[in-house]
Amino acid sequence: MAKDKFVILKSSAVPLPIENVDTDQIIPARFLKATTREGFGENLFRDWRYTPDNQPKDFVLNNSTYSGKILVAGKNFGCGSSREHAAWALHDFGFKVVVSSFFADIFKGNALNNSVLPVVVSESFLQTIFTEIEKNPQTEITVDIENQTISLANGQSETFEINAYKKTCLMNGYDDIDYLLSLNEEIRAFDLVNS
Amino acid sequence: MMANKPKTLFDKIWDKHVVKSQVGYPDVIFIDRHFIHEVTSPQAFDGLRKRGIQVFNRQRTTATADHNVPTKDQHLPIKEALSRHQVETLRKNCQEFGLELYDLGHPFQGIVHIIGPELGLTLPGMTIVCGDSHTSTHGAFGNIAFGIGTSEVEQVLATQCILQYKPKRMKIEINGKLGKGVVSKDIILYIISKISASGATGYFVEYAGDTIRNLSMEARMTICNMSIEMGARGGLIAPDETTFAYIKGRKFAPQGADFERLVEEWKALKTDEDAEFDRVLTFQAEDIAPMITYGTNPGMGIKITDRIPTQAELQDISEQNSLTKSLAYMGLEAGLPLLGKAIDYVFIGSCTNARIEDLRLVADFVKGKQKAENVEVWVIPGSKQVEKQAIAEGLDKIFAEAGFELRSPGCSACLGMNEDKVPAGKYCVSTSNRNFEGRQGPQSRTFLASPLTAAVAAITGKVGDVREFI
Repeated sequence: MAKDKFVILKSSAVPLPIENVDTDQIIPARFLKATTREGFGENLFRDWRYTPDNQPKDFVLNNSTYSGKILVAGKNFGCGSSREHAAWALHDFGFKVVVSSFFADIFKGNALNNSVLPVVVSESFLQTIFTEIEKNPQTEITVDIENQTISLANGQSETFEINAYKKTCLMNGYDDIDYLLSLNEEIRAFDLVNS
Repeated sequence: MMANKPKTLFDKIWDKHVVKSQVGYPDVIFIDRHFIHEVTSPQAFDGLRKRGIQVFNRQRTTATADHNVPTKDQHLPIKEALSRHQVETLRKNCQEFGLELYDLGHPFQGIVHIIGPELGLTLPGMTIVCGDSHTSTHGAFGNIAFGIGTSEVEQVLATQCILQYKPKRMKIEINGKLGKGVVSKDIILYIISKISASGATGYFVEYAGDTIRNLSMEARMTICNMSIEMGARGGLIAPDETTFAYIKGRKFAPQGADFERLVEEWKALKTDEDAEFDRVLTFQAEDIAPMITYGTNPGMGIKITDRIPTQAELQDISEQNSLTKSLAYMGLEAGLPLLGKAIDYVFIGSCTNARIEDLRLVADFVKGKQKAENVEVWVIPGSKQVEKQAIAEGLDKIFAEAGFELRSPGCSACLGMNEDKVPAGKYCVSTSNRNFEGRQGPQSRTFLASPLTAAVAAITGKVGDVREFI
């Protein structure tokens, strides 16, 4: 399915300096019951955002000081359950990029499949970003997919890895199934030989 | 010509399933067996509909309802509207796309990772995926099995393939004799406590060594099941006579001459001598004790007689930060022992520990005993077949006499998305696989442990050392 093309993003960022954020926190299991991909954003980080009786808590997503399409989080983001809903929830909420010093494997794949770019930076650069956001919550961060760089308003920048295939997909707005469907005959032949 | 480079078992299976490999692109991996359930499949079917395509090979996908089914009164309509909607959607999708579904009430229904092996759908040498991270369970049979997201479920339904980069290889070897009261759950909780909840990220693990060889298939499954809890993509164990004996005669396993021929092929499924791993870890069985977790990720585990670590005792700064947050959530104090801690619930179940051997282990221990007064004990068999076997062996009576509730199969209180939830603030000793905040219900507090340690908690109402009772 064609998705939005994504080449360069300039945005302020939301800081979440917590490590080992697991997908149960990103989207608690009780919200996995929808049968479409839309609408998960309102329950993103539900139990950190709201009390059991739906009162807002002191959490960064409830703090109007912070906004933007970039989420900056501590190490090992997205660990735990494989639920792709975590990526949908981030996407539906409006995040296009998550920056961390480390991502859990399955989450990383899920994010890339859903136009949410996981950007891995060094631990020191991550701390710099947190510091910059603390100094100025509106500070603009630029994520450039073509040149694979993430830059801060103060001029500091770092390059990040993204594999060539995913880069092509994101920049052209096509997904894995579009690619796999183009290999239909080869797969059919493989299935016959190996069944 | 040079001899072939020695290969790990993982590489042998992977290489055999590569349909296409292109520089700069992920490998196209053919999937032999695909399991689906009600929670991570609806959007995949939705995708097929939007693209106007059919399922590529209907024989290779099997469905069941497990995650949000009730474990009481399964013959009645599901009370909770959204759960009911998801199970009904699965039913509708399986019918529309022509897929086999082991629905509520079907004699093969159960937790997806329990029914695959028990039906003989899970075999050595295969590639197996499911939209659930505990798919690694199937690796106990010597195959490549791992969890995928819904987009990948859609890929498999549409093309029987997924796109993957080859992970790194790790070998975890355990040798020696397990002590009294130490079971396979303790082995894996011990390993995760040593290498942390992210210690194997980026790797596919092969478990080896004589301790593993001496385990039953069900015990091996418990170990492979929790591979994901240290960040690994999956974990596998080379098949052997124990594996072949388990598979023989299972409902959908190859039979007769076909089976004998395959066993000969399966015997070649092992890592070559001199094959290289990216990382090798070795543990000694004698060092392992009954384990329990104190925190909010599965790496936060201790020997049952140990104290909860203090900030100063942890090496990693990130672990120190997690510790404060975790202990606040758990209502526990650093430096204190967990032994003797009063608990409220005991959950025996989940894809980690809800097979017949787990139930037997618990029943053996509790026979003739009574549960502690203030504790609620749920025993949830992993499948209809496990339930049937438990009843045939009279385990249901032992549980009933002890005051335990034997319910119907499902994921139950492992993940708090069905009716079985641990209430806020309550402590639960659980044989499941995750102790994350809110995992068993909002504000629930989980102590992960083996079925034996769970049985001790059920009887005494406290965290206890099983070695004092056997």
